[in-house]
Amino acid sequence: MSTGLLQRLTLACALLVSVGCFAIDTEAAFTDTNQQARYEHLTQELRCLVCQNQSVADSNAPLAGDLRRIVREMIEHGDTDQAIRHFMTDRYGDFVLYDPPLTARTYLLWAAPILLVLLTVGVAVRNIVRRSRMALSPDVREPGSRS
Amino acid sequence: MKWRYSIPALLFLGLGGIFYFTLTKIGRGTLDVREIPSPLIGKAAPHFALPSLLEPSELIDSDVWRGQSYLLNVWGSWCEGCKEEHSTLIALARVAGVPLIGMAWKDDHASARAMLTELGNPYSVVVADDAGRVAIDFGVYGAPETFLISADGIILAKHVGVMSDTVWRSTFAPKITNGASR
Repeated sequence: MSTGLLQRLTLACALLVSVGCFAIDTEAAFTDTNQQARYEHLTQELRCLVCQNQSVADSNAPLAGDLRRIVREMIEHGDTDQAIRHFMTDRYGDFVLYDPPLTARTYLLWAAPILLVLLTVGVAVRNIVRRSRMALSPDVREPGSRS
Repeated sequence: MKWRYSIPALLFLGLGGIFYFTLTKIGRGTLDVREIPSPLIGKAAPHFALPSLLEPSELIDSDVWRGQSYLLNVWGSWCEGCKEEHSTLIALARVAGVPLIGMAWKDDHASARAMLTELGNPYSVVVADDAGRVAIDFGVYGAPETFLISADGIILAKHVGVMSDTVWRSTFAPKITNGASR
């Protein structure tokens, strides 16, 4: 393969990858970097209700644009992040948050990873203890003949 | 201790069962995974004051329906589902017994008016929400959406998607006879 072809292929691949990078949010950035950071964080944290697997920041649905504008206006108005989240959940429920709050309905969701880790550790500890006992006690049968 | 080897198989069967029942429900259309439960049901309907679509100089305040229950239908001439439900709305407007208010959501006024001229106007009043701000207050995320608001200004029911006789009878009609028309 000639280097010319390789270069062209590399360029083609780079172009393919860059297609996904056009700007969705066309509004000007905040002059205050802290406000801009809050804006970016909040819009990433909010789920777009129209295309439900995208955040408000990533979606080009008109509703996502409207919600971005509201986040922008509320930040400019001096509202806290908590107030902005409240504004959204009052209207769209917890579904609008990618990070669901711990409530009676979501406790299993939050507890599941901890429960799974505990279960795994418990089973592992039990097996290790049993095997080390088997190795130490003189009256065990041949290793490998576990019943 | 052989029974332990059947645990993965049982888990697999359990999961398979869950998938089977959920997917058949989706297939039959009795479950819509995209539907988001509205936190607004049972809460006060947001107040709004918007210009009338047909009389643009007129500002319509939602307080005019205080003491009277009403239906609010969020639509747009850009929305295919809205055209689909339009004939149902025309029929419902006659039998509902409560006023049907239209809200043109982020729509071009001329094409919204053209749609009403072409397909008929089921609404007693149509307000124009050009900025989409009132729709957001109502938690609207996809037109068409229909709300039932009680005489004391509480949202009693909401439907996302095309209104049908089935939805009307199951979700809206019982609430109109039992509560809204009190």
